[in-house]
Amino acid sequence: MKTDTVSANTTLKLPDLDKVLDTLGAWVLAIVWISPLLFAAWAALQPSGTALGLDFSNPLTFENFVYVWGAVPWGGYFTNTVVLVTLILAGQLVLCTLAGFAFARFEFKGRDTVFILILLQLFILPEVLIVENYAIVSKLGLFDTALGIGLPYMASAFGIFLLRQAFKSVPIELEEAARIEGCSWMGVLWKVYVPAAKPVYLAYALVSIATHWNNFLWPLIVTNSPETRPLTVGLSLFGAPETGVDISVISAATIMTIAPLLMAFLIFQRQFIQAFLRAGIR
Amino acid sequence: MNEMARLQKRRLALYGWMLAAPALALMSLFAFYPAIATFWHSLFSRGTSRRPSVFAGFENYGDLFADPTFWTVATNNLIYAGVTIPVSIIFALVMALWANAHIPARSFVRSAYFTPTILPMIAAANLWLFFYTPDLGVIDQITGFFGASPTNWLGQPETALASVIIVTIWKEAGFFMIFYLAALQTIPPDLREAARIEGAGRWTYTRRVLLPLLMPTTIFVFVNAMINSVKLIDHLFILTKGGPNNASKLILYWIWEMAFAYFDSPHAAAMTILVLLALGLVAVAQFRLVEKRTHYR
Repeated sequence: MKTDTVSANTTLKLPDLDKVLDTLGAWVLAIVWISPLLFAAWAALQPSGTALGLDFSNPLTFENFVYVWGAVPWGGYFTNTVVLVTLILAGQLVLCTLAGFAFARFEFKGRDTVFILILLQLFILPEVLIVENYAIVSKLGLFDTALGIGLPYMASAFGIFLLRQAFKSVPIELEEAARIEGCSWMGVLWKVYVPAAKPVYLAYALVSIATHWNNFLWPLIVTNSPETRPLTVGLSLFGAPETGVDISVISAATIMTIAPLLMAFLIFQRQFIQAFLRAGIR
Repeated sequence: MNEMARLQKRRLALYGWMLAAPALALMSLFAFYPAIATFWHSLFSRGTSRRPSVFAGFENYGDLFADPTFWTVATNNLIYAGVTIPVSIIFALVMALWANAHIPARSFVRSAYFTPTILPMIAAANLWLFFYTPDLGVIDQITGFFGASPTNWLGQPETALASVIIVTIWKEAGFFMIFYLAALQTIPPDLREAARIEGAGRWTYTRRVLLPLLMPTTIFVFVNAMINSVKLIDHLFILTKGGPNNASKLILYWIWEMAFAYFDSPHAAAMTILVLLALGLVAVAQFRLVEKRTHYR
């Protein structure tokens, strides 16, 4: 007890000591955490082959970026990723809205059982089922297509769950008012529920984009041509150490692939973090 | 009248099913059916062009248990989970406390912690290559400065798994921080004031007030970290490829390797089923926990 009182007194007398230590700790950790990125950015600007010397006297150069851009069809990969991410998001929004609406506002036999099955899917990861899903996608003739990569993710349990929660919190009076005005079920969904859940949609969209922009294992398995390959797979093929590409070049390629999302993050930082916050709260 | 109401109810039920149907169909196709099909295929032997595959019962599972690689990989994954889960959670908590405190340059600190989260695992691995390269990498340059000899961090069995673990912690701690940050913002500042008046020091306050209040978040983060310890394996493709000599191989990477590098899908299927069983246990445990607290309706 006595020590507690003493420490309370010292915080009163020297309110800044704790704060100085906190600040120092927070900054050191922040610098450590960001350092891999900073080193890579710096290495990417070094003349090829010299980056690992940690010699800060070399002139900075963009030659690595020029070389990397010319060596691999990044433009194509970039387009593929954008198409893929858009396709998945569009599918998810439609399917999860309809299903979320069904589970939030309709009574039907077996609803709760089915909903538990859906929650279970949060744990049956698509990543784990690669063997069988590969066979299914091939049978459907979707191997090496954007649809083949995207389809397994479209009925997202997480999305259904989030939207169901959001729809449930909409006051029923709003729905009844729309009803009286003569709206059909689809009209109610579109005019009442979807606008009310706007922040959840935004959050979910950002999480989905970040997840699928970065996804790797499944696209690696179901693609085998530059026409469909997303950025991550392209980067992994390029960056494999046995290809003998040196670290400056790998860094340049890495920085180039992460730049779009990183820049979007820095610009929309606040919204991004808020989005993750919302989406994570169950 | 009664008849009308019943009809109306049935119509609504039908409508509900129709709305849910597209999502349920896709989910059945890519989650439920494959889970069952995986189990079915795990019961058959590997077919070749000369010998078609035959029903083998649980032989594939027996093979797995008899294979020393299985035990290495399972142990690796247990270590991977056992280290990444608690360490990421502790880092996340500390980060959240700092990112929530009134310190200068707070938004820089927040972004620095969070940035790794938005990078692809493949890119993260590339960034870390720069640190781990023997002799010339950043770590060896620093340790070399103090006279240590160069270490092949990724190339020797003693350090390969640890190197992989560090990248995972770096990647996921900032993500978990966000959830703690959200929870911290819901805790009223009066509590801290009250604790101070009661003479509780900072550590007492953290341990007796903050941590219990953050418990629901910790459970959520814990479950996510557990799922990640199965899922986050992309960096192995760049850093170690599971080597040297399986020292850093994790289960999902092994499944991929069996199925797509050695074309031995029956054994990959058996391994998948074991993973699904483990994940199922986690799911059941979490549902029971959540049910106790009725966190959502």
